[in-house]
Amino acid sequence: MHMFNPNLAMQNTPHITVNPAIEVNGLHLALSGETLLKDISVTSYTQGVTMVMGANGAGKSLFLRCLHGLLNPTSGTIRLNGESLTESRSAQAMVFQKATLLRRTVLQNLQFAAPAGTTMSDIRSVLEKVHLAAKEKNPARMLSGGEQQRLALARALLTRPRVLLLDEPTASLDPASVLIIEGLINNAKLEGVKSIFVSHDIGQAKRLASDIIFLHQGRITEHTDAETFFTSPQSKEAKAYLAGEIVL
Amino acid sequence: MKLKKTLQFLGISIALPLTSNLAIAESILVQSTTSTKNSGLYEYMLPIVEADTGITVNVVAVGTGQAIKNAERCDGDVLLVHAKPSEEKFVQSGFGVSRSDLMYNDFVIVGPGSDPAGIHGSNNISDSLQKIAEAQALFASRGDDSGTNKAERRLWKATSIDPKAASGFWYRETGSGMGATLNAAVGMNAYAMTDRATWTKFANKGDFVIQVEGDKRLFNQYGVILVNKDKCPSVKVEAGQKFIDWLLSDKGQNAIASYKVNGDQLFFPNAH
Amino acid sequence: MLADAFVEAFNLITSGDPELFKILLLSVQVSMTALFISVLLGLPIGTVLAISEFPGKRICVTVLNSMLGLPPVVVGLLVYLMLSRSGPLGVLGLLYTPTAMVIAQVVLITPIIAALSFQVMDDLHREYSELFMSLRVNLAKAIPVYLWDARYSLVTSVLAGFGRAISEVGAVIIVGGNIDHLTRVMTTAIALETSKGELSVALALGIILLSLALIVNALVTSVRTFALKNAYV
Repeated sequence: MHMFNPNLAMQNTPHITVNPAIEVNGLHLALSGETLLKDISVTSYTQGVTMVMGANGAGKSLFLRCLHGLLNPTSGTIRLNGESLTESRSAQAMVFQKATLLRRTVLQNLQFAAPAGTTMSDIRSVLEKVHLAAKEKNPARMLSGGEQQRLALARALLTRPRVLLLDEPTASLDPASVLIIEGLINNAKLEGVKSIFVSHDIGQAKRLASDIIFLHQGRITEHTDAETFFTSPQSKEAKAYLAGEIVL
Repeated sequence: MKLKKTLQFLGISIALPLTSNLAIAESILVQSTTSTKNSGLYEYMLPIVEADTGITVNVVAVGTGQAIKNAERCDGDVLLVHAKPSEEKFVQSGFGVSRSDLMYNDFVIVGPGSDPAGIHGSNNISDSLQKIAEAQALFASRGDDSGTNKAERRLWKATSIDPKAASGFWYRETGSGMGATLNAAVGMNAYAMTDRATWTKFANKGDFVIQVEGDKRLFNQYGVILVNKDKCPSVKVEAGQKFIDWLLSDKGQNAIASYKVNGDQLFFPNAH
Repeated sequence: MLADAFVEAFNLITSGDPELFKILLLSVQVSMTALFISVLLGLPIGTVLAISEFPGKRICVTVLNSMLGLPPVVVGLLVYLMLSRSGPLGVLGLLYTPTAMVIAQVVLITPIIAALSFQVMDDLHREYSELFMSLRVNLAKAIPVYLWDARYSLVTSVLAGFGRAISEVGAVIIVGGNIDHLTRVMTTAIALETSKGELSVALALGIILLSLALIVNALVTSVRTFALKNAYV
């Protein structure tokens, strides 16, 4: 795995021919008159997992929703893998903090989201991956929290995304489910899927992240590779956050 | 096909109202009073009408006041009510072709067995009403501008009492039909004025008895009127007239006379 | 009186009285037809209101909710004035027919179906809309999903509408006229028997009507129980 400091990449290799995985310029978001995201500009060339971290209310989920086109930014541009949002949307999938599942069986939930040309064996193999093959006939909303989130991830993977957006998918899940989900995200990374992962969990970030975007009050205060972030954070907000202090 | 069968099973039938409307083509609509309906007269007489004339008669039973208003809105072919002055006005204003006396019975004052106003056995209606007012005994009035209500108001007028002044106190206006008013009267031990037919057939009498009867001012005349085609083009003149002719004929008059409840004749034909 | 009424009700049912059967059948036919039409009207209204955004939406919802409390007598009167021979629709000759009763009940229960389905659909829409945006599910594909996934809640709303329709007397007695063999239904028959002072007969009819309502409610409960068991609500 080729690792590099995205900051250095920005400064030292301006003529790089590879498209950046994330390229956000001057992103502003205001909802009902309140500015929630301010002047967010970030470029990340890392493959694998970009973690978005920060305290509650920092704007992490809003940022993710902007990347997925669920919220329209007031101004600014977003390109993922060199594509504009309209081009990139069809290759995106998102997993929400709380899994929204249709009032149907596990299998029917997957069939609903499956793109044209999906075969039954595609569905079954995804079900195997999330360890739900035995429960395909069960009503989806009767599954445990961990199982529901695994099903939501299975649904996302079934669409064969090139970009996977995850909004704290493992918050308050059982450890077994967390392990399965993290394993699948790692697998996806190996298959070339770019993940943008919002998380609170410092341990999880250490396990998964290639680079980290740290948000504080709607602004980016730090964007470095994961190792640098955990060993020598630059911003005082990130330092405080990692030290377990309450950051206002 | 399957959907249709399911719907039929559920009792849903869009065609139902249409077929029912077709049936009306052979029928007429009579705007009439609750007293004639509650007494059971129509249930007895209408099958005979149908057998004799082939006309199906549909009766809407409301108070005379409302029946006249409904007929003025052309919602009926024949008017059969009991408030002669209002009926004559209806004809004069051009809504009715002509009015014929059909039958009569009489009004009675009914009241609780305890008879708080002490009027039992009287045949003087003015005296009795006076006594009810003096005793401030409860009196349940229709208060709905029906034929019975109009007659009752005329009788109060003949005394010097304005019962309206005691409305809500001892004079209770129910604003309902005859049956509902009788139920209310029995429920609160109030005197009430009713036509004899409704009273005879009424099943919830409690300890109530007839207290006042036999005054000629308690006479209750029913009339029948064909609604005027000039005002209401929808009127089924032929069938309506045929029904009226039948009522006024010997056959009709005999049918009215032969209707009895517990051996009592309820209506007395007087077309001739 | 109450005991008499139960005996009377039992006798009425076991006697297989064709008159009673006809009245009961007409009640069910009128209310079912009204329900059918009300669902065709109310369900799309509630659904569109729930899943679309437009200026004045809040006002529409408020108006709809206040129409839930429409007094049947007022509805009856309005329909009467429309259908009266001297009214705007008088030429149709519909007053004092089962059709008039269906119309009055449609006016009465369409708001109920619409308001209840709005609530159901609105809840579901809040839950599903972000997922559907994420999966790029368009409205044409979303609406059948909403309808299907809300089916158990919708059935409950629909049966609530039926209950209101079949137990209502104020409107049908004005526009139907309670004509024997033509527009007499259970509720107007009860009103008539009451006015004749035949209270135990009236109560017996009431018990029969109530039994019908009980059957419908038992149906609702079992549907809901099944749905809850599978978390389909």
